[in-house]
Parts: sequence; structure tokens; C-alpha cells
Amino acid sequence: MLTILFALLFYVATLVLVAGLAFRVWQYATTPAPLKIPTTPAPVTRSGVVFRMVREVVLFESLFKSNKWIWLFGYLFHVALALVAIRHLRYFIEPVWTVVVLLQPFGVYAGFAMVAGLVALWTRRFLVPRVRYISGPSDHLMLALIVAIGLSGLAMKYIARTDIVAVKAFMLGLMRFDWQPLPGDLMLLIHLSLVAALMIVFPFSKLLHAPGVFFSPSRNQVDNPQERRHVAAWAEKLDAPAGE
Amino acid sequence: MADVELDDRPEGEQHPDPLEIPALAPGAMAESRPFPASEAHNTALGFPGELVENWQERAIDKMGELLTKYRSLKVYLDSCVKCGACTDKCHYFLGTGDPKNMPVARQDLFRKVYRRYFTLTGKLFPTLVGAEDLTKDVLDDWYSYFHQCSQCRRCSVFCPYGIDTAEISMAAREIMDSIGVGQKYCNEIIGKVHKIGNNLGLPQPALESTLEDLTEEIEEDTGVTVRFPLDEEGADILLITPSADFFAEPHIDGLIGYAKVFHEAGASWTLSSYASEAANFGMFIGSYEQMRLVARRIRKAALDLGVKRIVVGECGHAYRVAYSFWNTLAGPWDFLDPNYPVPMHICEYTHDLIQKGKLKFDKSQNDHMTLTLHDSCNIARASRMGDTPGGQFEIPRAVIKAVCNNFIDMAVDTIREQTFCCGGGGGLLSDEIIDIRVKGAQPRMRALREVVEEHGVTHMAAICAICKAQFTKVLPEYGFERDTVVSVHQLVSNAIILTPPEDDGAKDDESGDDDAREVLEPRALPADAGAEGEIRDE
Repeated sequence: MLTILFALLFYVATLVLVAGLAFRVWQYATTPAPLKIPTTPAPVTRSGVVFRMVREVVLFESLFKSNKWIWLFGYLFHVALALVAIRHLRYFIEPVWTVVVLLQPFGVYAGFAMVAGLVALWTRRFLVPRVRYISGPSDHLMLALIVAIGLSGLAMKYIARTDIVAVKAFMLGLMRFDWQPLPGDLMLLIHLSLVAALMIVFPFSKLLHAPGVFFSPSRNQVDNPQERRHVAAWAEKLDAPAGE
Repeated sequence: MADVELDDRPEGEQHPDPLEIPALAPGAMAESRPFPASEAHNTALGFPGELVENWQERAIDKMGELLTKYRSLKVYLDSCVKCGACTDKCHYFLGTGDPKNMPVARQDLFRKVYRRYFTLTGKLFPTLVGAEDLTKDVLDDWYSYFHQCSQCRRCSVFCPYGIDTAEISMAAREIMDSIGVGQKYCNEIIGKVHKIGNNLGLPQPALESTLEDLTEEIEEDTGVTVRFPLDEEGADILLITPSADFFAEPHIDGLIGYAKVFHEAGASWTLSSYASEAANFGMFIGSYEQMRLVARRIRKAALDLGVKRIVVGECGHAYRVAYSFWNTLAGPWDFLDPNYPVPMHICEYTHDLIQKGKLKFDKSQNDHMTLTLHDSCNIARASRMGDTPGGQFEIPRAVIKAVCNNFIDMAVDTIREQTFCCGGGGGLLSDEIIDIRVKGAQPRMRALREVVEEHGVTHMAAICAICKAQFTKVLPEYGFERDTVVSVHQLVSNAIILTPPEDDGAKDDESGDDDAREVLEPRALPADAGAEGEIRDE
């Protein structure tokens, strides 16, 4: 019963996440950007833009310029999250890739770093008046959700361990449509429920910043308005009637 | 007020920090709102004359339309995580402490309405995600606070997703115009451009006599006849400059500088009375259509006069529109000389001549001044000069240093891409909102105070008509003289050595020597421009 419930939950969550994100990406990709608006100085070549975007996504360059504390905590959280995510790959692949094995020990520390980064960011939402002003219920809830995912994960590692071999069998079974029993440990069920919730809210929340950054015209446009004429389809119609 | 603060400050005390973050003062600027446009001003641009009956419905429809036309709007509304990176970056926030002047909070005035009508979570759980109906109170807030954004893009530099509040405030103003809530200053001016050709409503005869006076003035000063050609068909270069250059101080000294440079270059140039305005307030109100109409006047003037090149005078947002949008709005410019960028900034033009050694200067003419440069926001963060990114910072400085011996930059975090708006950009240069203008100038004024007291800076150069007008007005509020602000080409004008009269008439042969007289290096064109990228040489 539990297995069926969670199996269905994860199918639904995955469907919502993938379809939702695909829809957003499609929306962003198909909405025209009628004017050239890169924040300058901006790269004058496509490869330059790729480099700018890589710096933005890998190093959080703009955030670093802005505020070292937000950068530090935000960076800590995101890098840790990446490591944790890589570490979790072992539940979904067999045999486990070498790189995942190698990163395994760091993944555990990353769990703590992730929670620490989030708590620091959350603390700012209370202590810094400007940030407190702009924080709404959903901002706090989102932090609570991800912190809870991190804590429940850490709890399984250090307090209430679960049968991870069985968990892996369950996950692989999900992917192969050959369902295997899920252990009934409370902490695991909490962890998985929260992750499913995160997957479901992703396409409807500010987590859209993840795909959004790649579509930001101020960051992804080449600074070449004079060399290349850039006209959106809807704007072309304005020229249609009578020329001058 | 800041001037009191400055006057009362004991000597030797540290200068106030331009970036000092104020305590939050909720609602401090809620009452700051510009005069609404009259019915005539709105209808002249095709907007409803006054607030329409079903305004709420129509505003939401318009918002929906814009969401499908502007990727920036859609992506920026979805992507903000409320990290706080932008919260202390807006000059209006730094100057007022009003939390709604924090870029993210300004965006949220729009975002909360977007969420309510266009997102699932906002429809289902409005309180949770901060979604709100578009009520009259919200609309009033929009009118106040979207007219406290000068669209300077400083926030977009610091946002990890590049969210540009200017895009949101432009959309908000476009929506307001569409329901009959226009702003007088912008809409009246755009109407004048459509009707007469410039923001000031200067008709051709007035323009002509002004220009004649300038020629006389220069002749009296220097004994050299420097022409200001108007509507001369067949000229090589069309100069498009903000109309403030024709009458305002220190703008006009800049115009005199351009003319002297053209004179010394032996260039054949002209102004146009039909397109006697570089400014394009269509951008401020977020209207692609209005911006396009204004830009196309320039295209028509260029075609009618048969010019080969276009040079743009000292104006910030105008250069943004010219550099970034003209090709889109009024291009292709295939009837112009492909060896030159369309348009070229006057600073690029002068800089190239300096590089080629074609201009002679007596730098000591500017020795009574120690200069600093205010990077204009639209030039700094929305355009480029020269071939390389950041040329918009280097070229004006290079021009100043070529004509002045004393130059000192202000604090690094207040110039270049991090420059502050003067406080009067984005359609806010209107006297009824002088309060926000003065407060918005505070970060720049503090940065200036620093170099004045530490390094003996006496003057601040600017390359924007709005900056010059705004500073002339607000400088006294901070204990400076009005004429502390100068045009970059005013400095050029002071130092340039004009060729004596006897050489004046010695013109080269008519045929095909245009490029020979103009020894300018055209901006390098990308590889795909092919053979056309080569310099034509006679």
C-alpha cells in the first residue's frame, strides 16, 4: 500500500516537474525579445555570451558584485546542493559511476553545508530589515521545505537509519516500472514526501529562476545591435503597411 | 536635507558614504507623483484621454498582451527569488529609505498583480504567494513608484538573474497609458516631437536663428567662422542631438564643441529641423510604437537629406535608443555608408580624430578646472562606444584627458557600470517631482563631495542632456555651484585650436574626396560583414 502510494506520488511529481518545466522553458523560448537589452558592458560575440552565462551560473558573478554575504550563503547552499544531488545519483543508477563514488564522502559534508547555507539565508530574512520587508510567506515556506528535506536526509544518515539498499531497489524499480517494496521508516517517508512536494511546486514557484537565468535577455544577448538587425515577428508587422 | 547635513558637518569629519544604506521609511515617498497627462496629451498618442470605465479589465488584458510580447517581462516576473541583492542598489532607495524604492519591492508592485491573474498559485493561494487584485490603491501605488524609477538599470547589474527593473517599470507605464493614466511630462513631449520634431517644440525658424547666433558667438570669441548647417541636403553627416543642446546651459557649450570638431575635421555635416531631437521618450513610457515613430523621423530625415552617416550628440537614453534600438526600429540603414557604425557617438567621432592627430588642443585652456566624469546610466549599462565592451567608459575619459590636464575619477563603486543615475532620468525630469529628484541625486552628490574635498575636483563632466539639466538644478541643494556640471564637448570646445580664417575657404575638390578628408578609422566590423568592412580609401 505504502509502496503503491509513493510510487504513484513520484510518478505524479516527476510528471509535474518535467511537464511543468518543459512548458515554462517553451514559454520563455517562444516569447520574443523585441529589443536588444543586454546589460552592458556585454560580450560582443556568442561565445562571449556563453562565457558570461557560465560565470553567472557557476560563480554567481553578479551576486558576488552585489553582496558578499548573500553570495557566500547562496553559493554554499547551491554547491552543497549540487554535491548532495550527485551523491543521490547512486540511488538511481547501477552500477554507480566512478565520479559519484569519488564525490560520495563530500556529499555527506555537503548535507550539513547545504542546511547551514539555508539557515544563514533564512536568518537574513529575519535580521536584515530590507530582506525582511521583501520576504513573503512563500519565501519562508520554501526555505522551510528545503531545510526539512536536508534535515530529514541527515537524520537518516546519523539518527534513524533506513535500509538504503531497499530504497535503491525501490527507486530503480520505479524507473523500470517494476515496483519494489519501500521501507516504512518514518524519516524516509518524510524525506521522500517533501522531495515530491518540492518537485511539484518547482514549476509554479520562484525556483523557476533555475531555467529563467538562461533566458534573461540582459544576460544572454550579444551586444551587436548595429551589426545585426534584430526584429521580433510582432514588430515586423508594424513595418508591413506602407514602409515609411 | 543633505545640504544642511553638509554645512553642519565639522571640518575633517568623514564624508558621508555615497552607498550608505538608510533606515527603512515605509511610505516616505508615496505622495510623490508626477502631474497626470491631460486628455489632449494622451489622445495625441492614441491613448485613452482619461481613466477608462473598465480600466481594471483592460489593464489585465494589456498585461497579458505584454507577457506574450516581451520575454524580459515574463522571465523577470517569474525568476526573482527575493534574495535581496538589489535592495540597496537604487539611488532612489538610498536617497529616500522608502522600501518601495528597493528594486525588488518596486517589481513586486507589478509582480503581485501578475501572480493574481496569471499564475496558478496566485489564483489559488494569493496570500501565500503575495498575489493581489489590481485595485485603485494598487494603481495609485504604481503611478507613484513606477515614476520613481529612472530605468537606469543599476539593479540589473547586481541581480543574479539580470532582472532589469526598467523593463518592469516600462511595462507598468505602458499599461497605465493604455487605460488613460499617462504622465504629463513624457506624453506632452512625445506629442511635440511628432508635431514639430523636438522635445522643446522649437520650430525651424527659431532653430535657424539660434544656430546663426552661435556662429556669431564663436566668431566673436575666436575670429573663426564655424558653421552650424541646418537642413543641408547632400551633407555627409547628420548630427542628431538632444534639443536641450540648442538652448540650455551647459548643453549648448557642448554643441559648440561638436561644431568646432566638425569644423576642424573639415567634415560636411548638417542638423535637421525635421528630426531635431535625439531624445526618444517613447522608451520611458515603454511604448515600442511611440519609440519607433520617433526613431523613424530620423530615418526620414537621413533619407531626405541624403546623408551618408549619422552621429549622435551627448545624450544618455537617446544614445541607448540610437545604439541598441535604431536598427530594430528604423533599420536597415543600408542607404548609409557601411564603413561607419549607425550611429556613431560624438565622443567616438572626436576620439577617432584625436587618435589620428587631426585635432590640436591647448589643454591649458582647461587648467582652471579639475574634472571628474559622471557616467550616464544609459550609456554605461545599455550601450557601447568603440569596438570593445566598456568602450563607453574609456572613450569619454580619453576625450577628456586629451583636452584637460586634471582629471580624477570618483569612487570606483559609483562610476562605470556601477554609476548612479543623476536622479532625473527615465522621464522624471519634471519640476513637480523635484523632491524625489533631489533625493535620488544624493549618492552621486556624495561621491562628488568626496573628490571635491579630497582631490580638489572643481567640475563634473556629463554626456547626457538629462544629467546636465538635472545636475544644474540639484547641485545647489548639495552646496555646489550650478555650473559645476559641464559638457564633455564643452571641454573640447575650450581647448580646441581652430584653424585660422585664411585656411577656412580652402576646400578640397568636390568629387569623391569625402573619405579622404575624413581620415577616421571606422569601427571594426565583425568578420561576417565581409568585404564591406574594409575602409574605402581614395
